[in-house]
Amino acid sequence: MSIIYILWLRQLKRYSRSRARMLASLAQPLLFLFAMGFGFGPTYQQAGNGNYIQFLAPGIVAMAILFSAMFSGIEILWDRQFGFLKETLVAPVARIQIVLGRTLGGATVAMIQGLIVFVFCLMAGFRIQNYELLPVAAAFMFLIAMLFAAVGTTVGSLIEDMQAFPLIMNFLVMPMFFFSGALFPVRNLTGILHGFLRLNPLTYGVDGLRGALSHGFAFGIVPDFLLLGLATLVLLAVGNYFFSRIEV
Amino acid sequence: MTRDKVIVAHNLVKTFKDFRAVDDISFEVEAGKIFGFLGPNGAGKTTTIKMLTTTLAPTQGTILLDGHDPQKAPLDARRSFGIVFQDPSLDGELTAGENMKLHAVLYGVPRSEQAGRIEAALKFVGLWDRKDSFAKTFSGGMKRRLEIARALLHTPRILFLDEPTLGLDPQTRNHVWEYIQTLAREKKMTVFFTTHYMDEADRVADEIAIIDRGKIVTRGSPAALKENAHTATLEEAFISLTGHAIRDEPASAKDRTRAMGRIWGRI
Repeated sequence: MSIIYILWLRQLKRYSRSRARMLASLAQPLLFLFAMGFGFGPTYQQAGNGNYIQFLAPGIVAMAILFSAMFSGIEILWDRQFGFLKETLVAPVARIQIVLGRTLGGATVAMIQGLIVFVFCLMAGFRIQNYELLPVAAAFMFLIAMLFAAVGTTVGSLIEDMQAFPLIMNFLVMPMFFFSGALFPVRNLTGILHGFLRLNPLTYGVDGLRGALSHGFAFGIVPDFLLLGLATLVLLAVGNYFFSRIEV
Repeated sequence: MTRDKVIVAHNLVKTFKDFRAVDDISFEVEAGKIFGFLGPNGAGKTTTIKMLTTTLAPTQGTILLDGHDPQKAPLDARRSFGIVFQDPSLDGELTAGENMKLHAVLYGVPRSEQAGRIEAALKFVGLWDRKDSFAKTFSGGMKRRLEIARALLHTPRILFLDEPTLGLDPQTRNHVWEYIQTLAREKKMTVFFTTHYMDEADRVADEIAIIDRGKIVTRGSPAALKENAHTATLEEAFISLTGHAIRDEPASAKDRTRAMGRIWGRI
């Protein structure tokens, strides 16, 4: 436990000491919130769908968590290049403890980023519909954070330098964000695109978060929770597998 | 195996695709001895250290570290040694003290002993008054000293040093070797090091092995090596054994990991 804790603490210290990183990873979700929220808001309203900010905000919170968690996982790459990874790999601890410590640390950082964005959403006019569902919203935030910190761990274990990074952003992170229902209702997509969306675990995270905070669940709270939880466990196992195979 | 052979390597082989980086080497190091592992660039030194320190699996052969096989019992093997890598392995965003604390927890140092051991180790390398400074603000020599202090925290029986004095000025190099000799003498620690500085190896090593093209070409005390090669200095003995040709090797650890990545067909 103390090993998981100290590695978790390390991630938090690094986060709290890097204001630049904090601001940089807040910029993108906030840009989406304000540009999309206010830009498409009137059109969305005229189409009879109601207040767009009420719809969009949970998606933006999920986005902030997705990006931040992925980055935290990919920090393995930095640790590899700056050498610290070796220090943990020759330590007499099971790899799974290292993976759990890092993933929990990355997920906690992502949760904090998500909460900051959530406060901005409230300032942009978002209103919580069901206060008693706030713990459910927090649980979904945590699952999204864990899931993508685990994805980040997997990716960070597989790639060896930063040149692959744009590839990951453009072919993994951005598609997952756009095909998650974060920006528009899931029923807007049909056919193969709807298939993508249903295969994307973030879809259930966004739906769970939106269901708990404002709009009601498109797939139902139980399927959302089970599918997201299952994806998180699977990705943790995958992340652990690839992390254990790192040789430095 | 006798008890006082702390490091035993037996018929060790490591191949990357069709390249034999380490080609059937065997050696033993006795407890409390300072063992110098020398060789030209690309001779197989770092690959051997990686296998000894459990980060690379040997293709063939066996290793025993204080009686533990790194492949079968990696955690026991890891507890038995401390290592100072060729490149820094500190977290620059943490302070010196935090780097030490993290290591103490990773190696299961009892909580009640952590503070005392960290203080003693930092004082040993003269960095106690800098414990609250970020590691990224340290010079190369200070980083190296911090890494040595860190490697001692869990009182290992073996200390691996991969080019511990690389890039340091003569003053710092002398300091580092003084620390290391004190450790071997006072704490009965076995030291296994690599270096390109032959004068240093000559001065501090009890025993030396020279590896070239993956094979150990000679072994013995510095005096015996010079005598056998009929040379006045260890450097001349080294060159007469390994030749004058300049070896190619990827420039940095980063390049090496990338090269390895290509060999393994990763992205």
